[in-house]
This record gives sequence, structure tokens and C-alpha cells, in this order.
Amino acid sequence: MKTVRAIALAALVTAALPARAGEIPPGERRSGFSFMAPDTKAMQDDDTANPGMLWVLDGETLWNKRQGAADKSCADCHEDAHESMRGVAARYPAFDKELRRPVDLEQRINLERVRRQQAEPLAFESRDLLALTAFVAEQSRGIAISAGSDPKLAPFIAKGRELFMQRQGQLNLACSSCHDDNWDKRLAGSAITQAHPTGYPLYRLEWQSLGSLQRRLRGCIFGVRAQPYEFGAPELVELELYLMTRAKGMPIETPAVRP
Amino acid sequence: MPAALINVPKKAKRGDVVEIKALMSHIMETGYRRTAAGDLVPRDIITSFTCRYNGAEIFRADFFPAIAANPFISFFTVAKESGKKEFEWIGDRGFSETASASITVE
Repeated sequence: MKTVRAIALAALVTAALPARAGEIPPGERRSGFSFMAPDTKAMQDDDTANPGMLWVLDGETLWNKRQGAADKSCADCHEDAHESMRGVAARYPAFDKELRRPVDLEQRINLERVRRQQAEPLAFESRDLLALTAFVAEQSRGIAISAGSDPKLAPFIAKGRELFMQRQGQLNLACSSCHDDNWDKRLAGSAITQAHPTGYPLYRLEWQSLGSLQRRLRGCIFGVRAQPYEFGAPELVELELYLMTRAKGMPIETPAVRP
Repeated sequence: MPAALINVPKKAKRGDVVEIKALMSHIMETGYRRTAAGDLVPRDIITSFTCRYNGAEIFRADFFPAIAANPFISFFTVAKESGKKEFEWIGDRGFSETASASITVE
């Protein structure tokens, strides 16, 4: 009897799943913002209540601080970030000629530190790296995402897409199993959402901190009980790149707030 | 680099009820967590927040380990006179930060 019930349940679950299978049509794309409660939305919209702005303020200080053997600040070359960095985050991850692969905004900042400031790279998820990234990305607020338009990125986008569609971990789930096929449902009371990276680095109430897209991706990979890639791994950058192309045209919200 | 975000209306009519918002950057380590090695992570929280309006204390709050990181305080006051609102956060490990904002009352 138990087996019959289990089979019936399995059949029901499989029958229910393909209702929304496949990629999200452009007209149906929604930012994670639209899934949030009114209180959390209000927190993101008010710059004096959005904790992400604390990192943006720190980032502005760091932007003007001289660093490394070159004794140069970001501002010494790029001058006013409000002008020079406008729209930059909407184009990342972008192709780096020397490394011949895409790098995300955090990696770009670290490359500039090493190449131009002759300073030590900042650790992933360190307060300083998140602050600088948030400050740079905030300059693109409201600008439509355009990452991935460089033809050199095509093979990396394809790899990222493959990773997104590939089942992995003990739960044998692909990113797409939730974020393409079941984004309008809930998982343990939380909205699943469509996984558009519009607001990174963002303040997650669960983290009680700002965090990067790589941190979020690692959390999801851990959640399906797979082995997460290390911070900075090419696979994570390819996933980031694919997600950004998937969200093409959606406005940047950095620093966003998410539950 | 502790940073504060203050939201006080720049202008108000005499007698208006105005909302004051204050957000402070702080990790708020509870003192109950342990490291992988089993050592207690020492408590590091903000213990007190005060707001003074032209020198007179109008709001005070004591914080405890259950308060979230980056505490956000919002409260209301009556706009009586033009002047300065001063904010002060005091906490563990000698933490002490101040911020201020002006309000013009017409």
C-alpha cells in the first residue's frame, strides 16, 4: 500500500513540475525585489535605512585612499567615480585581455590593485573589497544590464548556461530546476524567485551583511548538497556572466536588500 | 570604518511630529557564538544609543545581544525649535561614535 501511495505521489509531483518548464520569456522577468514584503522593499528604497549604503560610504572613502607601492588611489586615475564608473557594473563580468577570460567586478578591482597600485589583492568577501565593489556598482543604479555583448565572451556564456542547466549534488537539482521551472512557487515559506543578479553586492538580512554574487551562488550550490567552487573559480564567473546575460536590460539596484 | 546614516528632516513646522532615523554600522557579535576550535567569540555589541536635541536628551535605548547587526533606530519627536540633533552610540571594546544633523523649525 505504501509503495502504491509513493508511486502515486511521485507521479503527481512529476506531473505538476513541467507546468512552467523552460526559460523565462523576457516579458515575464521579475527582479527579486518584486517578490519581497513591503517592509523590505521600503528598506531598500530609503538610502538612510538601507544598510548596504554603509558599505557604499566606506567604498567612497577607500576610492580616495592611496594604496600600495605606487601610492595611488583609484581616484588618481579614474577621478570622480560618479562620472567614470557610471554604467561599468552593468557591463560586468567583462573579458580581460591578459587573462583571456571573463573577470567579475571584484576581480577587476583586485587586478587594478595589483597592476596599477602595486598592492596586495583584497580577500574575497572582505569588508574593503565589498565596500569598493558596492561603491562602484552603485554608480550604475538604474542602468540597464548589458553584460556579455563582447563576442569574445560567447564561449564563456555558453559554459555558464551549461552549468545553470546541469543537475548536481545529492539533491540532483540544476539551478534551472528552481529558477526557470518553479520561480513562482515557494520553498519552505520563501519565494524561489528568478535569480536575476540585479543588486549585487547586496545586503541579505539572513547574512546580516553585504555579500557578493559568488557568495550567493556558493550558498545555493551548498543547498543542493554539491561541492561549492572556491571564490574566484572560473566556473562561478561563468555562472555570473550567464546570469547577467539572462537579466539583460533589467536595471541595476545595487546595493539591494534581500531577505 | 564605522559609518552612520542619519535621516532628520531639514525643515519642519513648529509642533510637527517628525521621524528620526539612525543606522549605525556594527557587527553586533553576541558573545554566545564559538569558533571551530570551541573558543567563545567575545561579545562586541553597541550597548547604548542616545539622541540629544539642543543638548537635552530626547531618546535613549539600551541594546542587548539579540539586536541585529547594523542596528537601525527610528523614533518620533516634536519639532520645537531650530537646532542640532546629536547622536551617540557607545559599546563594547571602547566603541564610541557620534553624528549630528540640523533641523530648521519655522
